[in-house]
Order: sequence, then C-alpha cells, then structure tokens
Amino acid sequence: MTLIYILGMLLVAAGAYVAGRQKSASFAVAGGGLARLHSLPSYHGFYVALAAVAPMLVWLIFWLLTAHRVVDAQAIAALPANLAPTDGLTYGARLREINQAAAGVRLEELQPGVAAAGEALNSWRVVADWALAIVGAALALLGFAWASRQLSPEFRARNGVERWVKVMLIACACVAILTTVGIVFSVLFETLRFFSKVPWYEFLFGTQWSPQTAIRADQVGSSGAFGAVPLFAGTTLIMLIAMLVAGPVGLFSAIYMAEYASPRVRSIAKPVLEVLAGVPTVVFGFFAALTVAPFIRSTGEYFGLNVASESALAAGLVMGVMIIPFVSSLSDDVINAVPQSLRDGSYGMGATRSETIKRVVLPAALPGIVSAFMLAISRAVGETMIVVMAAGLAGNLTFNPLEAVTTVTVQIKTLLVGDQEFDSAKTLSAFALGFVLFFFTLALNFIALRIVQRYREQYD
Amino acid sequence: MDTTTAVASKPAVAPPPAATQPDAAPKIIARDVNVHYGDKHALKNVTLDIPEKAVMAFIGPSGCGKSTFLRCINRMNDTVASAKVSGLIQIDDQDIYDPSLDVVQLRARVGMVFQKPNPFPKSIYENVAYGPRIHGLARNKAELDQIVEDSLKKASLWNEVKDRLADTGTGLSGGQQQRLCIARAIAVSPEIILMDEPCSALDPIATARVEELIEEIRRNYTIVIVTHSMQQAARVSQRVAFFHLGVLVETGRTEKIFQSPNDKRTQDYITGRFG
Repeated sequence: MTLIYILGMLLVAAGAYVAGRQKSASFAVAGGGLARLHSLPSYHGFYVALAAVAPMLVWLIFWLLTAHRVVDAQAIAALPANLAPTDGLTYGARLREINQAAAGVRLEELQPGVAAAGEALNSWRVVADWALAIVGAALALLGFAWASRQLSPEFRARNGVERWVKVMLIACACVAILTTVGIVFSVLFETLRFFSKVPWYEFLFGTQWSPQTAIRADQVGSSGAFGAVPLFAGTTLIMLIAMLVAGPVGLFSAIYMAEYASPRVRSIAKPVLEVLAGVPTVVFGFFAALTVAPFIRSTGEYFGLNVASESALAAGLVMGVMIIPFVSSLSDDVINAVPQSLRDGSYGMGATRSETIKRVVLPAALPGIVSAFMLAISRAVGETMIVVMAAGLAGNLTFNPLEAVTTVTVQIKTLLVGDQEFDSAKTLSAFALGFVLFFFTLALNFIALRIVQRYREQYD
Repeated sequence: MDTTTAVASKPAVAPPPAATQPDAAPKIIARDVNVHYGDKHALKNVTLDIPEKAVMAFIGPSGCGKSTFLRCINRMNDTVASAKVSGLIQIDDQDIYDPSLDVVQLRARVGMVFQKPNPFPKSIYENVAYGPRIHGLARNKAELDQIVEDSLKKASLWNEVKDRLADTGTGLSGGQQQRLCIARAIAVSPEIILMDEPCSALDPIATARVEELIEEIRRNYTIVIVTHSMQQAARVSQRVAFFHLGVLVETGRTEKIFQSPNDKRTQDYITGRFG
C-alpha cells in the first residue's frame, strides 16, 4: 500500500507540475510574452507540485508512525475478556497469535477468540489503507487548489520554490543531526542500565576485566569483573604506537610531496599513497597477524626477549601504516594551502627550504595538521579488525608493547558476538564501552575544531 | 593600468630632486641577461648598470619583464622550475650566477619586499627577528632586541608598534604590514633592497609613508623598485629604466627620462599613449 501511495505521490507531482506550468504559460500568452511573468512557468509548476506533494508526504510519515498501533489496539480490543492481555509480555504474545490467525497460518491450536480478533485485524488494516489513500488524496487536492489559486503573472513562485528548497535542505541536515542524537541516546540508556548493575566507579577505575556473569549462583568465577582500565590502557597503547608510526611518516611524506616533489612525482605518489586508505582493514588484519606479528616475535626472540605471538606492537605498527594516508593526504592539502607569498618572503630573506618549512610553512599550516592528526587518532581508536586479529583478547593491564593487550572496540565486538541474553551485565557493558569510546572521539573532534578555529585567521 | 594612464597624462608633476650621488659607481652590473619561462622569452638581452646608494625605478607596462629582471638580482627565479636565466649579473664585481656562490648568502645581501604585504603569521617581533635568527646575526637576546628595535625604527614603524611587539604581524593595517616587511628585510643588513610594486596594495596615505621611508633609507641602501605609478617613479627614484616587451628600452636619470626621453616608446608610455 505504501508503495502504491508513493507512486501516487509521483503521479500527483507530475500532474500538478504540468497543470501549474500550463496555467502560467497561459498567462504569458494572454499578457504578451514570458517577460511579463515574475517567474518562469517551470517555477509555477514546481510550486504547485510541491504544494500538492508536501502534505501527502507529511501524512504518509504520520500514518506510518501511528496506523499500525491503532490497528493493533483495535485487534486486541476485539479479543474476548478472558484472553485480554495483562502486561507487555502477554500483549506481544497475543499480538503474534492474532497476526498468525490473520495471515491464515495455524502453527498451533488457536483459541476461539483469537480467530475473530484476526479477522478484526484484517478489516482494520483495510480501513487504515483506505484512510491513507483518501486523506492523502484530499490533502493533495487541497494543496493543489491552494497553490494554483495563487498563480498570477505577478506571483513570486520563484521565491516560493526557493523557500521550499531551503526547507528541504534543512530537513536533510536534521536527519544527520537527529541520527547522531539518536545514537547517543540509545547508547546512553543501555549504559545507564549497565551502571545500575555495576557501579560506574568500578567500571571506570577498576583494573580487572573479566566480563563473565554466572548463569547459576554456584558457578565458579561467577562474580565477573568490569574494570575497564586495562581496555583503556590497551587502546591508548596501540593508539600511541600507531601515531608514532603514522605521525612522522605521514607528516614527512606530506612535506615531501608538497614542498620537494616535482609535479610529476607528486601526481604519481599521492594517489598511490591514498590507495593505502582504500585497503580493507581486514586485509591489514591478515597482514598484521600473519606477517608482522610472527616477524616481531622471531626478531624479539633473537634478542632474547619474550614476545607474545599476538602483540600490541604488531597491531599498533600495522594500524599506523593504515592511518598514514589520513595524516599525509590532509597535511599535504593544508601545506599546499599556505600562500606562496609566505614562502617567497622567507626565501627572500635568505632562508633555506627546510628553514622555510620549519619556521614559516608548518606553523602556518599547524591548525590543519593538528586536525589531520586528530582525525587519524579517532580512526585508530575506533579501529577493530586489525586489533582483533593481531593484538589478542587478553585484558592485560600493561604498557609493554610486546605483550598481548585488548582494546575497547575488540571487547565490544567480543561481548556482542554470539547468543547473549540482552539484559546481563556482560552485554550491557558493551554499551558502556561504546559510550566511553564515543565520548572520547567526540571530545577529540571538539578539540580539533577549537584548535582550527583559534588559529584559522593567522594568514590571509 | 588605468591608474597609470590617468597619472601619466601629466608626467612632470614634481620634478625629482637631483640625486645626491647621481653617477656613483655601479653596484649591480647586468650584461646580456636573458630569461626564458619554458618557451616564453621573457627578458631579452638586458644590459644595465644600477648605481650604489640610490633608488632605481623599473617602469613599463604589465608583462614587460621588469619584475622578472628584479627577481634575477636575488635569484628568486630559482624557485620557478621552468625559468632559465643566462647572461651575466655582478654585484660588487662578483658573478651571482657563479655555481660556487651560495644563494642563501646572496639573498641575505639582497633583501626583497613584495607586491602584497606578506608578514609571517608570527608576532611583530618574530617577523623582524626571523632573518637575524636564521643567519645567526645576534649572539644573545639583548642584541636581537636591539636589531629588532633598530630595524623597526629605520622602517619608521617603531613608534606605532613598540607597545605591542608580541601581537601578530597580520593584525596590522596594510601599510603597517608593508613597513614591517621592509623592517624585516632591513634586519639582516642587506646592501641592496628590491621592491616589487611595494605600494600597489596600499592606499594613498600608506603609500606616502612608504615613499617617505624609501627616501630616508636610500642613503644607506641600494634600492631597486618596480612600480606601475609614474608619479611614484618620479618622486622616489634618481634613475629610471623603461622596459617594454622584455626589452630594456631606455635608462637614464629620472628627470631626463620624464622630460626628454630619447625613445618614442618611452615618450608614448609616460604620456599615457599605451600601457
């Protein structure tokens, strides 16, 4: 039904457009040419079409949000008194039975009242569909009539369409913003549920991570420990290793490409470097687990060091390679954006190229470079695949890069994979971790934004 | 070019004062200088002497090669990959295109002020201290302070900025920024200062301040200035070189060029027939 309605909306839009356009064209013929009109006929057409379709769309959204509830309530009301649901759980169960009855599926013996309720459901659905169609058509007609009455040679349809465009753009921006807000709240509520089971100070400051909850009271190790400090430490460690790789390598390659490389070298090297950003993280994970980690292990053993087969160093190094393009590509752009006049000024003073870069170009490009680093850090913190494959799952509280560590993202993935009850402290802790992660990257973005704003006006 | 034509209709507004040292020994000698940008022959066989401790103005229509020649004198054309310079340029009898010459040291001797004020995004103090720092001209903070103060005084900017040396240089007005750039160039004690249309981005009052400044510092420095304003050339320079289509058409004492030029093209340009 919804599909037919949407097709109907398109038809209405097309029809209204043609009608509006023709009416406007007739003004032009009567009034002596298009120049007499304030707006071109196509604007009149768009205006009328928008006025007809917009109320239809609003009604559709309203209907989608409310209609099924009304229909369900009516079906439940049709049940005999002895079957009427008493709480949320039985309400859902009854509704499933009614739906089965309505669809004609007989999985089990139906109680007599349910079949009748199923019929009621079906008939109410038909009513709801008709309500959608009739009210939609009425609204379209009203909108069309209202808009097309307004049309005249002097009517400012052009400005009217402009307003509609603005509304549409605002709506799109709202979708993005509301999604973010929605994510925050959905994670926040689960996090609060988690904190009702495990106190927040234990989560934030506890040093023991062992997210097992007992099914029976007499199980061994039933208590479970939700101290997330080892995870934060592991995340920080791997992030630091990654930035130690990506920071200098990315920045220096950006400097090379922006300041030293000939245009020909640059036109080849830059895309090649950016290919790195396109490699799926799983592939980096293979590389880390199968090539880099064993290499580090054997190298370490050669020097008599005890290296775990899954080490923070391996994961951090490969992650660093992965985020090089984020640092280099953005830094290259901001270095290029530094005005040539500043470089000329410095060369004119007798500065060498590296003095110019160090003392003039980099300070001027600093805000952009900082935000490139911030972006790379949030990328490193949020990265999962490489760490899952190369860093291990053990929640060791250590800053030794040769040991296995685990990160926030890895634990979230581990906690939510497989069959889980959804209200145990174990699964809920994933949301708390997610919330902390989200908060951290949000804070990073905020800091980066502030830095960029603060130093933006330095040149030009 | 519109402004130039308007100005040029009355060329001898203010006859320049006689130069203090009209025929001093040449500081810069150029012989058969040619510049190519890729296929474009931008400068053709320029032969010119530039006298010491005086102001020489390069005039001519846009694209005539005057800025190109200016940028040969401190080898700023080196930063343009496609530029090829041939011929001889000597400063104090030393060939500046000699491979053994260090371009970094050359540019410390030949300062440059650009068309658009380009202070670094640093404090006023750091802008002026930039050159002395990279060339190691000051042994300690006190010496550096002294150099900064002297340079700003010579650029007649000291009184305006002495209380806010830590403020950023880009926060100054356009005219102050340009004088800051001049102070920055003076700070490394160059012998020659090249100015590439230093007033083209400034209003008339700021222009007047910069011209006064040029008049003050010309006793100590050899100054070469590229300008589109014929009035400016007449006001500040003792000698003028007129370029047209990459060729040095005519050069001589300023009053001579403006009052009785030898070449028809010079005559046409300064009276506003073209350009």
